[in-house]
Amino acid sequence: MGQKMLMKGNEAIAEAAIQAGCRFFFGYPITPQNQIPEYMSKRMPQVENGCFLQAESEVSAINMVYGAAGAGARVMTSSSSPGISLKQEGISYIVGAELPCVIVNMVRGGPGLGSIQPAQSDYYQSTRGGGHGDYRMLVLAPASVQEAVELTQQAFDLADKYRNPVLVLGDGLIGQMMEPVEMPEYVKPELPEKTWAATGWTPDSDRERAIINSLYIDPNVLEKHNRKLYEKYAVMEQTECRWQEEMTEDADYVMVAYGTTARICRSAMRKLRDKGVKVGLIRPVTLWPFPNAPIQAAAKHAKAFLTVEMSMGQMVDDVRLAVDGEKPVAFYGRTGGVVPTVREIMDEVEKLAKEGK
Amino acid sequence: MAVVYEKTKMLTDKPLHYCPGCTHGIIHRLVAEAIDELGIQGKTIGVAPVGCAVFAYDYFNCDMMEAAHGRAPAVATGCKRVNPGNIVFTYQGDGDLASIGAAEITHAAARNENITVIFVNNAIYGMTGGQMAPTTLPGQVTTTSPYGRDVNHCGYPIRISEMLATLEGPAYINRVSVHDVKNIMNAKKAIKRAFELQMQGKGFSLIEVLSTCPTNWGMTPKEALKWLEDNMIPQYPLGVKKERE
Repeated sequence: MGQKMLMKGNEAIAEAAIQAGCRFFFGYPITPQNQIPEYMSKRMPQVENGCFLQAESEVSAINMVYGAAGAGARVMTSSSSPGISLKQEGISYIVGAELPCVIVNMVRGGPGLGSIQPAQSDYYQSTRGGGHGDYRMLVLAPASVQEAVELTQQAFDLADKYRNPVLVLGDGLIGQMMEPVEMPEYVKPELPEKTWAATGWTPDSDRERAIINSLYIDPNVLEKHNRKLYEKYAVMEQTECRWQEEMTEDADYVMVAYGTTARICRSAMRKLRDKGVKVGLIRPVTLWPFPNAPIQAAAKHAKAFLTVEMSMGQMVDDVRLAVDGEKPVAFYGRTGGVVPTVREIMDEVEKLAKEGK
Repeated sequence: MAVVYEKTKMLTDKPLHYCPGCTHGIIHRLVAEAIDELGIQGKTIGVAPVGCAVFAYDYFNCDMMEAAHGRAPAVATGCKRVNPGNIVFTYQGDGDLASIGAAEITHAAARNENITVIFVNNAIYGMTGGQMAPTTLPGQVTTTSPYGRDVNHCGYPIRISEMLATLEGPAYINRVSVHDVKNIMNAKKAIKRAFELQMQGKGFSLIEVLSTCPTNWGMTPKEALKWLEDNMIPQYPLGVKKERE
């Protein structure tokens, strides 16, 4: 503990989860996240009450998560884009039944089988619910292995706090990259007891009979339930929004990017600053709730925004909503598993400057 | 006064929503009595399916989980792995278990997951209005096989118990029926045995219960019981399919 280790993002996330008290992992192989289940299969038998189980499908894995979460455990699953699509029904049920769990998506190129290279093209799916019905979940987007470790641990606390799944959204690069990482000493915050969990009940029990369920056949009752969920989401929006800002105070051009792309933008920003271009970076750490505040603040003085993504442009919609027409919002993206280069991003910013935007 | 009859405490007072003559009520009762008699109410967790028994969580008087369609064995797996001391059962229909949930039941059986599965087979999708199920008999008329199930077009019914009995995993697989008193008593014995095996840590057990659907079969309850006996039992022979020593 406390010492720096060189770890792959996927393995670091798995170890961080175990350190945070995750004792149940259900998963299914898919590239580029295989090191998470592999690491879990090795480590879980070494920890007390630890259980790794390879499910027969992603669908089954997420429903095992439902059962384990319903029984009160700290539980996690991971996958990559096509597998996460398969989990969406289960995630919707988990939200409806108000169960806490952590889901990791190491995003790869799509649509369809797509590619196995890093992408950010699951932004819509992640931030708009993903499955059927009215719901949201917290989406945490790490930009380094160290941050992946920290956000994974926080994800368990946030899931328990809100009784809602939390999605850790990485990409193939975050998962596969090796970086020095310091495993923090995990301290569990004070959290409400899971008195709702199904652990066995008799009429003499000092709690109500537990019914883990998302079915509300009476539309008025379901509406009430959904309103209750949205009250939770309103609290999340107020209290859980996170971002990082760099050099935005005097910036004429503000880049908005998350995860791996934000790191490339940071390199581009430094080089542009060396050339005298006043450019800054806003990096959303929570993709939902989306950090509108820093973007609205920057819109007051910046000349234009540039959103950079490894997709055909998804988060850019949220940036435009935040900017609300006050300033131009440009977009640059590479897709299909192609990672944008520093040079390409610099060119895009310089193009904005040349156009006088 | 001596008590000659008492309702099992494993069923709540909520009135069952099942159609008149449907045998779900009998099967609920058998499961509830078995749990009651084994004294395991306080550690039993039931997992309800999607289908006619979707509201089973309102009836079984223990902690319950409502699973997505077909996924009850996966949900039960997660639940049981967290608290191995709990007695976990699923209650699933034939559409839920044999069609959309075929993968989950097969792999739970293969893993010898220490759970009990009550598989209610009435050869039709009841809740959605009588569509063809994987268990629908050849020639049987349903709302999606209005000319009778044509095996050349949509294949043959699946014998789940026999299929799962080919696996090394499961501890106990038995097919029973509830079309008359003798068979109801036998079904009760099988269900109780399945729970006992779980309590002993022996692993996966599945009791397939042949059941009626008078509403969607278009019969009176009495005709339905006769139809089950005459048509379903020849297709789905009763008896123990697997019992591991």
